[in-house]
Amino acid sequence: MCTWIIEKAEMEGSAKGPDGWFKLAQANVYYDHPYDAPLDHALVIDFVKNPDKPEGRVAVEISAESAKRLIESIQTALETGEREHALG
Amino acid sequence: MPKYEGLLAETVMFEGDDGDVINAYMARPLGDGPFPGVIVVHHMPGWDEATKEITRRFAHHGYVAVVPNLHFREGADSSPDDAAAVSRAAGGVPDDRFIGDADGAASYLRKLPYFSGKLGMIGFCSGGRQTYLAAGRMDVLDAAVDCWGGRVIAQPEDLTEKQPVAPIDYTADITIPLLGIFGQDDGSPSPEQVDATEEILKEHGIDYEFHRYEGAGHGFFATDRPGFRPIQAKEAWGEVFKFFGANL
Repeated sequence: MCTWIIEKAEMEGSAKGPDGWFKLAQANVYYDHPYDAPLDHALVIDFVKNPDKPEGRVAVEISAESAKRLIESIQTALETGEREHALG
Repeated sequence: MPKYEGLLAETVMFEGDDGDVINAYMARPLGDGPFPGVIVVHHMPGWDEATKEITRRFAHHGYVAVVPNLHFREGADSSPDDAAAVSRAAGGVPDDRFIGDADGAASYLRKLPYFSGKLGMIGFCSGGRQTYLAAGRMDVLDAAVDCWGGRVIAQPEDLTEKQPVAPIDYTADITIPLLGIFGQDDGSPSPEQVDATEEILKEHGIDYEFHRYEGAGHGFFATDRPGFRPIQAKEAWGEVFKFFGANL
């Protein structure tokens, strides 16, 4: 069913929405029925400016397979970054 | 010669829980009535187009139907998805607030001259859970339809400050007929969970009927999702209208 189970991660950085860039506070991540994507369930990430307000939100709704590819891409990009730029 | 058909659908405002004015989408047939009422309870993604379409469907079938915006307080002027995102991040709609808003919808309907006085409720997904809850907690309903509501039976770790009591714990207080629509491929509620709910309904002697559909999963009424099952959905919609027709 639709759930309110959610994972939250504190964010440092910016996101760009229809009104331009804003400072990010949090990312909310959940797997549930999407609003727009034609999928039965989707991995949804809400990048939000303020968790208590509807304004300032950049949302993605992607399939589970897409989410797994995204995780791999993020992991690879971070590892490359650490190598090339001596991060971490 | 076919009869003249027409309906009116519009946004309305009424007092919900704690006297807060919230909005709702209402649809009704044109004419003097009397029309029985249906409160439609939207799913967690919000007060969306699909739910409003369902509301108009009830009007087409002769009901005055209203779907309260349960996320109004999280984003009165926002798009339904943004308001739903805030509601979800805050732990979902508090059960007490839902009951207050549903009572507000019922009071609003009672003031309408074309309302027959008979009132049903139907809810989908989290709205199915809320409908089961309302069947036990509200005394103004005459019939209720739970469409694949999960967590009717909740584990202790599922209970929160906003959803502090499992709906199943109100089963003894249900005095109205209850219809349940479920897909056998659903994971929440799973067929086993539906069976467990049915056992408790039987124990308490509740007037209920459950319909389980093979080859259908969660939310199989949704025409814009891959899980749409037209044959099962048509049959189940038939059960819904038969049930409301007999009880409202």
